[in-house]
Amino acid sequence: MLLNQFLILAAILFCTGVYGVISRRNGVLVLMSIELILNSVNLNLVAFSAMTGAVAGQVFALFVIAVAAAEVGVGLAIVLAIFRNFRTVDIDEVDLMKG
Amino acid sequence: MSSVLLAAATSFVRPEIDWHALAPELVLVATFVVCLLVDVFTDEESRWTASSLAGVGMLAAMVPLFTLHMRELDAGVMFGGGYVVDDFALVLKGLFLLAGYVTVLISTNQIAEGDYPEGEYYQLLLTAVFGMMVMSSSRDLITIFVAFEMLSIPTYLLAAWRKRTQTGIEAGMKYYLIGVFATGVMLYGMSLIFGGTGTTLVSEIGAHIGGTFGNEPVAVVGILFTLVGFAFKVSAVPFQNWAPDTYEGAPTPVTAFLSVASKSAGFVAILQLVFIGFFGRSDVLRPFMFVLAVLTMTVGNVIALRQTNIVRLFAYSSVAQAGFILTPLAVVGAGDPSTSAQVLSSVVLYLLIYTVVNLGAFAVIITVSRRTRSGELASWGGLFTYAPGLAVSMAVFLFALGGIPPAVGWFAKFQLFTAVVSPHHALGYAAGVAMAVNSVISLGYYLGIMRTMFMDDVPDGDTTPVKIPVALAAAVGITLAATLVVGLLPNLAADLADHATFALSLGD
Repeated sequence: MLLNQFLILAAILFCTGVYGVISRRNGVLVLMSIELILNSVNLNLVAFSAMTGAVAGQVFALFVIAVAAAEVGVGLAIVLAIFRNFRTVDIDEVDLMKG
Repeated sequence: MSSVLLAAATSFVRPEIDWHALAPELVLVATFVVCLLVDVFTDEESRWTASSLAGVGMLAAMVPLFTLHMRELDAGVMFGGGYVVDDFALVLKGLFLLAGYVTVLISTNQIAEGDYPEGEYYQLLLTAVFGMMVMSSSRDLITIFVAFEMLSIPTYLLAAWRKRTQTGIEAGMKYYLIGVFATGVMLYGMSLIFGGTGTTLVSEIGAHIGGTFGNEPVAVVGILFTLVGFAFKVSAVPFQNWAPDTYEGAPTPVTAFLSVASKSAGFVAILQLVFIGFFGRSDVLRPFMFVLAVLTMTVGNVIALRQTNIVRLFAYSSVAQAGFILTPLAVVGAGDPSTSAQVLSSVVLYLLIYTVVNLGAFAVIITVSRRTRSGELASWGGLFTYAPGLAVSMAVFLFALGGIPPAVGWFAKFQLFTAVVSPHHALGYAAGVAMAVNSVISLGYYLGIMRTMFMDDVPDGDTTPVKIPVALAAAVGITLAATLVVGLLPNLAADLADHATFALSLGD
């Protein structure tokens, strides 16, 4: 069935994204991994929407795309500020507070 | 093409909009626009207007809440049930506005003195409060998601406010990364639930989850993934890693805001989803919430015991308090419907009281750290000798947080306890025991602060009195008065919490 293939692709994308967030240390790559997760969600929503005929899924996907753009805008600003302060975007080195 | 569009346009029916019910949000948005314009058209000297405007705007937004409460009509249901202004929403909106107003009061001096833009700070604060207010009315997955982002994105920026210091930007980064990751997981869960039910309306999802879809394994994955997103927001263990670092690195008023308002918003979403959406699978929710609650309060309390920085200590204390608030959800749906109503009202009551008390404690912390220039607990030594008023206020707040009678926190904790035990459920009893043990542990550090304030010597023998700016004095005064009044007349808050029910039926 066609739906399954979309869902499996979305699940693979989701897992890749989660793996990237956990294992990558470069701030920009972590942001890209988060984008993968959000796109897997969009794929899911649109596939389900096409299957059930409920338009809400496509509307939801549009909202996710718009909000993800705002989120990444903030994220890139934070990564830039990190680079200005630390001269690196390796998020493991940004760990001054402990306890 | 155009004929198709025209045909669609004539068949379009404007959704019925209840402007009165939307009035609090509209006032807040209007305040935001005015703040923005004033910031654009004034010069550096009149930047102070931003904080006054934001404060007045929040107070003005409270007025429609009272008129809505007086209104004889039923709850304002808009957009096919996607946006509901019921008693639950009204009570929580009042809570968010109060928290926002007190945050403005405690921010005024702190933000004006730093070398950071003032106007934007209050604009972001207003936006975040707006997101929280929308959250308490949203009964649709899309609206919940948008409200969640509406309150999250400004708080990412606020947490990273001290962007030119290393700890400041580290605080923002940790909050942001864990926040967007949790959003992604939450969205994936929501997409699975949408796939299974074919709707985004929470009440219709509730009907499907109570029916055949609820028995599918994918429904459980969807429910748990969705709740994980909000577990991060309330800093439940194991999603609490960001909290201590963010709380320490962010400006202290922002920390106060995050620890009460943004945490309450997370709980609001959890309550809406659990009671309207996922009630049909409360058998899955109970063990999940039990593990989350017990882990959260135990880990928070044990780590708080060995903190020497007062803000970090309060970070872990707020993690532990989140555990207490989650506890009644471990018995949700067990026993008869009246016990479920009790779970809801006890959580709302604890949120109300915790918000006021924790904001008060932060107002005192900010006042004292303005003088001591340090976050270390040792710098609080002998506070009573040179600032008896502040020390006594802090003592009241600490008693309330620790749940010692007659302070108000005792009553709230007692209600949580009753809600947990009354369904006679095994998990409930276990959670009750964990709560009792943790209450005792938490006294260890709350009373430790008291000992430092009242017994220890003043460091360096410096006993010049503390200068208290008017705004901070007002913040301490408001929260102290609220704490004392509710402490003497606990039924005031309890009535409010009992009143805070969903317009849509409870779980059936």
